[in-house]
Amino acid sequence: MSWLTWRQFRIQALVAGIVLAALAIIYCYTGPQLRHLYNSSGLTGCGRHSDCQSLAVTFMNNVKADGVYAALFFAGALILIVLPAIMGAFWGAPLVTRELETGTYRLAWNQDVTRTRWMAIKLGIVGLGAAALAGLFSLIFTWWAGPIDYAGGFPNNLGYFTRLSPLMFVARGLAPVGYALLAFAVGVIIGVMIRRTVPAMAITIAVVVAFQFLWPTFVRPHLLTPDRASAPVTLLGLNDMIVSHTGVVTVPINQPGTPQLSGAWVVSNTSLTPSGHAFVLPQTSICAAGSITQCDAWIAGHHLTQVVRYLPASDFWPLQWYETSVLLILAVGVGGAATWRVRRLLT
Amino acid sequence: METIEARSLGRQYGQRWALTDCTLDVPAGTVTGLVGPNGAGKTTLLNLVTGMLKPTTGSIRVLGGTPASGRDQLRKVGYVAQETPVYAGLSVADHLKMGQHMNARWDAGLAAGRIAQLGLDPRQKAGRLSGGQRAQLALTLAVARRPELLILDEPVASLDPLARREFLASLAETVAASDMSVVMSSHLVSDLERVCDYLIVLVASRVQVAGPVDDLLAAHRLLTGAGGAGSDHAEAVPAGCEVITRTRTPGQTTLLVRGDVPGSDPAWAVTRPGLEDIVLAYMGRADNRAGDGAVALEGIR
Repeated sequence: MSWLTWRQFRIQALVAGIVLAALAIIYCYTGPQLRHLYNSSGLTGCGRHSDCQSLAVTFMNNVKADGVYAALFFAGALILIVLPAIMGAFWGAPLVTRELETGTYRLAWNQDVTRTRWMAIKLGIVGLGAAALAGLFSLIFTWWAGPIDYAGGFPNNLGYFTRLSPLMFVARGLAPVGYALLAFAVGVIIGVMIRRTVPAMAITIAVVVAFQFLWPTFVRPHLLTPDRASAPVTLLGLNDMIVSHTGVVTVPINQPGTPQLSGAWVVSNTSLTPSGHAFVLPQTSICAAGSITQCDAWIAGHHLTQVVRYLPASDFWPLQWYETSVLLILAVGVGGAATWRVRRLLT
Repeated sequence: METIEARSLGRQYGQRWALTDCTLDVPAGTVTGLVGPNGAGKTTLLNLVTGMLKPTTGSIRVLGGTPASGRDQLRKVGYVAQETPVYAGLSVADHLKMGQHMNARWDAGLAAGRIAQLGLDPRQKAGRLSGGQRAQLALTLAVARRPELLILDEPVASLDPLARREFLASLAETVAASDMSVVMSSHLVSDLERVCDYLIVLVASRVQVAGPVDDLLAAHRLLTGAGGAGSDHAEAVPAGCEVITRTRTPGQTTLLVRGDVPGSDPAWAVTRPGLEDIVLAYMGRADNRAGDGAVALEGIR
């Protein structure tokens, strides 16, 4: 049975291997140069006494000066973000459905192999391929992006793409293996339920994308208990505050006078009044008509407290292990359910 | 031991019964033909035998076990499914390797020998084989597993007459050289009568008659009497036998009957029917029973 599965899967495995080899060459070629840039930035020896923040800014400016690093940084993350949907749609959904559509299941299920074993071997071999592809590229990319991650992440408009941030977390370490396997299993079960390859592929992509959006929004923040940091909101911190259209004031972190949480994932960041309520900027004449300085001073006069709930940078690996374990358990469960369905299929 | 023991076996799809109240005992060592029109429930019955389907009512035991209940049961039964599915992207040699890897009792010599004898190119992709070659490949895969029971579901239905004859000759040769039991379905009696020694007639989801071919031939007679509709013969029933069908033309009445016919009745000319006559008689009877206009139809005939 493993021979047949491998025989059916080997073209896909070969294509995946070639793509992986090409990516490995690109990232292994540019990686050492990025590492050299990092080593010469002074960040490696940056301790308590030197100004790590400004060294990191300088390093990231140097990184950004060469557009190739930025392109590779985001391309690598993008590949790992879309890989689960590809695994689910192209490896998962057709796994059983193709056999149903071409009628070959009637040949396969009448050999000396029970349907349970047939499914276990198919899921095992192709799943192993998906895990290996995601895992190996994640290994390469996690190594490649190391210098940028250690420097606190790629800067964006609102802060940094730290490796704990929702977009980057799924593109580092072990998580891609969990996502690839879960998406693969989801593709298989959707294929088994829909029984038609093309619609099953489309639905698999939709389900995987929805999962990738919902998980970091509703589940990941609850996997580990976030730490809490608070600081009085001072004029210093108000320099870069963000006011939403409903008047909610958000004071950024990692600024002078605000909590220093380099590399952390900020789960929530609120400005509270002394009575503990979220501060909403009223339509006051000072802020509407007066200068920004006057408005800032008026806000500072309310003695607000900034409360940040966050996972510190050191939570990266614990969260990776935890999330990947949960995803793997889900993947095994979904794979088991698909096997159960196949045992009863068309009977 | 019986090859197939079915007791009140029934299978329902939604509201429709594909097989109803099927009780069968197919003896071991027979080559059984399962004949009936398209849609009669032949594939449903064979899928119940292989365990591809589970019964809605009743029970079935195949070679003493529950169909597809485990590896040992799968090992005993070979199945050439309808339209003889094979992996289009795999070569003939790949299929033999597949058989080798998936089956404990695989007979590699037999498989290779058959492929050579058929003149198939082992490197040929199965998707490029002709219908006849594909059926032969599917048969080779099933036979080389050395099953105790080989099931074939309309293996020649889509083949041209020449390929059909070659396939049936090759099947007969293979069966003769082994001690396996065979159950093969077709909607044509002519496909079956050359190889089968046991026959099941399935019409409108019910078994109409089942038994050894020799017994069926011995038990039925064709009675021809002068005079068509309106004559004495039109409604007469000779004593001691069951009328299966009655055919009236203006000049004569023909009966196909089961049972002992009084040899001396001068009113009837008695002949022995062929297997096809018997099968068609049971099919016709089932059709008449099924339709509301049975009597009217009988009149027209």
